[in-house]
Amino acid sequence: MDWSPMLISLRTASLSILITFFLGIFAARLVAGMKSDKLKIVIDGLLTMPLVLPPTVVGFFLLLIFGVKRPLGMLLLQFLSVKIIFSWTATVLAAVVVSFPLMYRSSRGAFEQVDETLVMAGRTLGMSERKIFWRVVMPAALPGVASGGVLAFARGLGEFGATAMIAGNIANKTRTLPLAIYSEVAAGNLEGAYGYVAVVLMVSFVVLSMMNYFTSKERKYSNKD
Amino acid sequence: MSLLVSIKKYYKGFTLDANFEMDEEYLGILGASGSGKSMTLKCIAGIETPDEGLIVLNGRVLFDSANKINLSPQERNIGYLFQNYALFPHMTAEQNIGAGLKLTKKEKKIKTDEIIRSFHLEGLENKYPSQLSGGQQQRVALARIFAYEPDVLLLDEPFSALDSHLKDKIQAEVLDMLNLYKGKVLMVTHSMDEVYRFCENLVVIDKGRTVLSEKTKELFIKPRHAAAARLTGCKNISRCDVLSKHSVYAVDWDFIFETENIVPENINYIGIREHSFQMTDTADKKNTVVCKVNKVVEEVFDYIIMFENMNNKTPNENSEILFKVSKDEWNKRKNNKSLYLNVPDDSILMLK
Repeated sequence: MDWSPMLISLRTASLSILITFFLGIFAARLVAGMKSDKLKIVIDGLLTMPLVLPPTVVGFFLLLIFGVKRPLGMLLLQFLSVKIIFSWTATVLAAVVVSFPLMYRSSRGAFEQVDETLVMAGRTLGMSERKIFWRVVMPAALPGVASGGVLAFARGLGEFGATAMIAGNIANKTRTLPLAIYSEVAAGNLEGAYGYVAVVLMVSFVVLSMMNYFTSKERKYSNKD
Repeated sequence: MSLLVSIKKYYKGFTLDANFEMDEEYLGILGASGSGKSMTLKCIAGIETPDEGLIVLNGRVLFDSANKINLSPQERNIGYLFQNYALFPHMTAEQNIGAGLKLTKKEKKIKTDEIIRSFHLEGLENKYPSQLSGGQQQRVALARIFAYEPDVLLLDEPFSALDSHLKDKIQAEVLDMLNLYKGKVLMVTHSMDEVYRFCENLVVIDKGRTVLSEKTKELFIKPRHAAAARLTGCKNISRCDVLSKHSVYAVDWDFIFETENIVPENINYIGIREHSFQMTDTADKKNTVVCKVNKVVEEVFDYIIMFENMNNKTPNENSEILFKVSKDEWNKRKNNKSLYLNVPDDSILMLK
């Protein structure tokens, strides 16, 4: 079995969850704190879009934005000599965009469920907004945020459609686990696919167990004893 | 040392219009639920923003809509005890108490230790809020505020979350703790018992409006507004027409009261407390109502008699009157053919 898809997937998923995690929290905090409900709905809709769109459509839009003939793609190529399309970076980009809504939505839900009087109490006790967020809101929302992170990681690991569109399926470079499975099956080599499928199944199971663990932790503070 | 509040906040179908000045140590804000009293506290603390008005604490302007001044809650130095105490659930009692302190670790330890001792929280330092009883949680919440040394202490329905059998004990404890505190205390509640115990002066808010502010004891003995009378537990209030200087007609009860005291011209209601009636054997004395008893409700030590004026020709849903009587008194006369209740002169409350 060729191990490169696993390594590529692992690297892609690890880097993308790092980016998604903080980006998602940042966006969640921003949207949760918005005053205007109308603006909230619009921004929320835009940020959640990648979750409901077919990944190929997401990939299509990413092509439109980062294609070398497009303004942003051209700019990156000319000034930074960075070509995103069909590079390993593209797998990360695809994974981030597709997994972002999961992270954003779970952490936003978790933030909004934090008792508002805790925040108010922090303010009347003279705690700075930053301190309130990291010392009060974040710990209270942590189970939700963590399970969002785990879900986003799994989603990034399983990303196929958008990756195929913007990163292609280049062996040893952009061929992630899902793409490897597809390639093996397309080549009629079912045995070759078994190994990859087994890895994906195992990782998914571990991820779900972790999520259950985090959600059960949520009950710790509300339980007496 | 003074606190001046004059604010307005507009909602759909509701306007909060709170005006009062506080010079004394303890002030109670009494109001029914939904009257806007908690919102008033939140505006003072800076958690909510009024639409217009002025809040001045000890000469320091906290909020002034005309000059666009609106200090953040962090800048106001006001302590707020929330109804649910708002303890940080993932911090221990000690961490909660130290949460708002901007001190070095060492200084913080000294300070929290001192506070823990004065609030009798020894042994509970490392417990999480969920492991504490309601009374202990409240002590930790108060300790946390005291550690922060606010200029004013705002208490929002401080005893509403406690079991009733604990209330008396905890109220006494809190009163002791408040004595440690040098600043002002402003308490919001719907319970007249709490106001009576804690506050020399009070403000009554009704439907978003400050109705009156005065000495607590005076208000309870001689309320001047129907809303105030209701809040102080007067159950029987009737619309009235002033007939002359010494007689007034209670519309809902269809009864004319004649009084030695002068009836003010500008009253709209009269009230009689449920324990003010006296049972008599005949209807000879003036201001004696012949009663048609609707219902008798038994309580632990008393009976509540619900009755109407027998001669009421225009009864409505507001015609029923409550009379509270000890079991002994009631048993003496319960076999009488008719029930006559006399209203002593001084117990007729003349209300605006």
